[in-house]
Amino acid sequence: MNDFLAARSQMALSLGFHIIFSCIGMVMPFFMAVSHFYWLKTQNIVYRNITKAWSKGVAIFFATGAVSGTVLSFELGLLWPEFMKHAGPIFGMPFSLEGTAFFIEAIALGFFLYGWDRFNRWFHWFTGLVVGISGLASGILVVSANSWMNDPSGFDYVNGQYLNIDPIKAMFNPGWYQEALHMSLAAFAATGFAVAGVHAMMILRRKNINFHTRAFKIAVIFAAIAAILQPFSGDKSARYVGQRQPAKLAAMEALYYTGNSVPLIIGGIPDNKNKKVNYAIEIPGLLSFMVNRDFHSTVKGLDRILPEDQPPVAITHYAFQVMVGLGMLMMLIAFIYLSGVIFQKKWRNSKWVLRLFVFAIPTGFIAVEAGWTLTEVGRQPWILQGIMRTSEAVTPMPGIIYTFYLFTAVYISLAFAVIFLLYRQIKMVGKIYDIPENINLQKN
Amino acid sequence: MLYVVIAYLWISILLYLLLAGADFGAGILELFSSKKSKRVTRKLMYRIMGPIWEANHMWLIISIVILFVGFPEIYTTVSVYLHIPLVLMLMGIIARGTAFSFRNYDAVKDQMQIIYSRIFVYASVMTPLFLGIIAGSIVSGKINSGADSFAGAFITDWLNWFPLSVGLFTVFICGFLASVYLINESDTEPERIQFLARTKNMNIGAFVSGALVFAAAGAENIPISQWLFGNQVSSTAIVSALLSLALFWFLMYKRRYGLLRILAAFQVTMIFIAVTYSHFPDILLFRNGKSISLYEAGDNHTIKALGWALLIGSIFILPAVFYLIYSFTERKIYPVYHEQE
Ligand code: HDD
Ligand code: HEM
Ligand code: HEM
Repeated sequence: MNDFLAARSQMALSLGFHIIFSCIGMVMPFFMAVSHFYWLKTQNIVYRNITKAWSKGVAIFFATGAVSGTVLSFELGLLWPEFMKHAGPIFGMPFSLEGTAFFIEAIALGFFLYGWDRFNRWFHWFTGLVVGISGLASGILVVSANSWMNDPSGFDYVNGQYLNIDPIKAMFNPGWYQEALHMSLAAFAATGFAVAGVHAMMILRRKNINFHTRAFKIAVIFAAIAAILQPFSGDKSARYVGQRQPAKLAAMEALYYTGNSVPLIIGGIPDNKNKKVNYAIEIPGLLSFMVNRDFHSTVKGLDRILPEDQPPVAITHYAFQVMVGLGMLMMLIAFIYLSGVIFQKKWRNSKWVLRLFVFAIPTGFIAVEAGWTLTEVGRQPWILQGIMRTSEAVTPMPGIIYTFYLFTAVYISLAFAVIFLLYRQIKMVGKIYDIPENINLQKN
Repeated sequence: MLYVVIAYLWISILLYLLLAGADFGAGILELFSSKKSKRVTRKLMYRIMGPIWEANHMWLIISIVILFVGFPEIYTTVSVYLHIPLVLMLMGIIARGTAFSFRNYDAVKDQMQIIYSRIFVYASVMTPLFLGIIAGSIVSGKINSGADSFAGAFITDWLNWFPLSVGLFTVFICGFLASVYLINESDTEPERIQFLARTKNMNIGAFVSGALVFAAAGAENIPISQWLFGNQVSSTAIVSALLSLALFWFLMYKRRYGLLRILAAFQVTMIFIAVTYSHFPDILLFRNGKSISLYEAGDNHTIKALGWALLIGSIFILPAVFYLIYSFTERKIYPVYHEQE
């Protein structure tokens, strides 16, 4: 592995790690706000316990998210100094607003986690909601920075100079809305499915059924709605990619040749040598329709893109397939569950439905990782689409491979530590929170 | 607007030093305390620092963001030549933040607590040590942009006596801030006396390591006396720091704790003023005598937008931060609901 590849791998590792924690950090506060609201309204102690149990888990995720995010803000310079030198002043706007959002989030989190029984109850509830809102805002802002890398705007690039910088225009680049919407939905779907699945598993094991059923219900509603909306937002993203980043679209669909009435392919193994895809299912005309809303329109293939400007086809294609496949699966599960709720069917609480959710625990997060792989790898060889190549941006320091090993070791240990802690939290739910409901507890 | 941005950068770094410094310091104190007093430190620390540590560390993020948006030359040069100490500092930040939270939120309190604690205290020393090393290297004029060997470009910039002694000094300053801060938060007189004793030790430590900084500067031909006494602002700041130090010891002797905290913050601020003023605006010095000035900021529009973002952001942030710190330091008796744990 050379230093360049090591730098890219280290970046991918750090982001891939951070994204899991940031999704949870963005979404769990909303779940907690709901259960907290029920507790304040109904004084049903189970809801208070759910809120507290969740907030303890979330504190662990928050700390890990905060440190891994801090690492990222340094890594941008440590690994890509040439990029940051030019890009910093242009796409810095979302980052500086993000700083504000994080700050508010961290403050509100302090109030929320340590403020039980100390403040006015609704003020306390409100601080929890602020955690969620500012977390979501920071996610949206940082994604707008990423969409600027995919579709740079807000400056003129003349003879290697970055002129007429307009940081506000760069922040509201043409792609930010789709990408932010898609990412926010993804965070809700991924976290919702994971949380619902864990509680479903505990219900199946017949542990603290009352507690876990109520927790499951809160998570599953968010998850299902997000999962149903997600493919629509994904379609919007795909159309946008088709217009602004034809190389990425061609790679994700492994479209080697430009053509009319291009089919959408599902699965398949791209064969780069012979420029064809084996064993794929084809749906005639659908890709043309997805990109241009016309079954007969032309879609640009890789043949129109210089070989040195082409992204790796196989990774991008597989990542897209994984994301879409899991997206469809999650939408299906969501439909099943929601129709059970709407038509008041008894089977919605049956074992097989719960098993379905247990099975779906990792799907959302795998889709998130796949989606980011598609976005980032599909942008290669550019770090700043069409303007700066990733290889021009990398740090001159040799030996990045060793810091890559170091970070890998640290992140793997952290991942194990977090899983271990979470396992202990869940195991302790019975001991800490399993109180018969008729006990008369002092009101808060 | 450039001055607004520079002022925010300066204040963010200072607040990071003061607030996060006290935070690191609590870990440093834990390292140097006996078993029994460890428990006291820890108890106080979770009560006082628990709610605010994440917010305290945001000052670092704000400084970094200001640097890379407003002063990309400085940010990227530091990132390239000081890559290694930065990575080590990041390791400290990761280990410390996670161990602190894991220790508090692990649902089962068993042997793992010892491991978390050990990681936490060592990382609490390591992080400010490397922060100090980085700060020391930036101003020491050893950054070698023309080196032709790996060691010359990426190691000897920072592995020198001067940065190392600045790092050590930073560690003691943090310990000092924490022990002073905790004096007033203690519930009982014996606890207070304990923190008083540690304040004295940390203060002496800071003094000795400060002398080391001077010695190292002398050995490496760094004109530190000229920085600190060569202009009126810096020399006034140093003299005020020394005077307030005398008052500080007098009050400690008299057991008048009320003002100590303010005096300690004042001393650190004065030292910070003295060093930064004498360098302004050339904060990054190279071995070949060149430097990067804060006036060579990024694009004008960006500075303007950044300045507005900071001004507007602080309308939201500052009152909330102070309310947070206020709420959790004031020792009211709360109707505490006892959990079943
Ligand atoms: C729960 C996760 C999840 C699910 C179910 C989907 N996606 Fe997705 N997708 C993401 C999570 C995600 C992501 C990880 O959040 C990405 C990476 C960058 C971004 O903004 O969102 C993404 C990016 C992304 C992109 C690239 C955008 C760009 O590079 O600018 C496209 C074209 C799609 N998605 C399309 C789809 C389609 C057609 C889906 C149909 C089912 C779909 N996604 C489901
Ligand atoms: C605002 C958000 C993001 C920014 C600013 C960003 C920035 C970068 C940068 C600078 C690189 C290195 C250059 C490159 O290889 O293109 C990179 C690579 C990468 N990033 Fe992102 N990224 C963001 C979000 C993410 C997220 C959330 C993921 C999650 C998995 C991710 C996955 C990757 C991957 C997989 C690579 C390596 C690409 C390759 O090896 O070909 N990125 N990103
Ligand atoms: C280059 C990319 C990124 C950088 C530099 C970065 C930076 C940071 C920093 C410094 C923090 C710590 C804030 C705190 O202490 O609370 C953080 C946390 C967070 N980040 Fe990132 N981040 C990046 C990518 C992303 C992406 C792609 C998302 C989501 C879509 C995201 C969402 C969040 C959220 C919601 C938090 C809140 C804390 C948490 O939930 O744990 N970040 N990030």
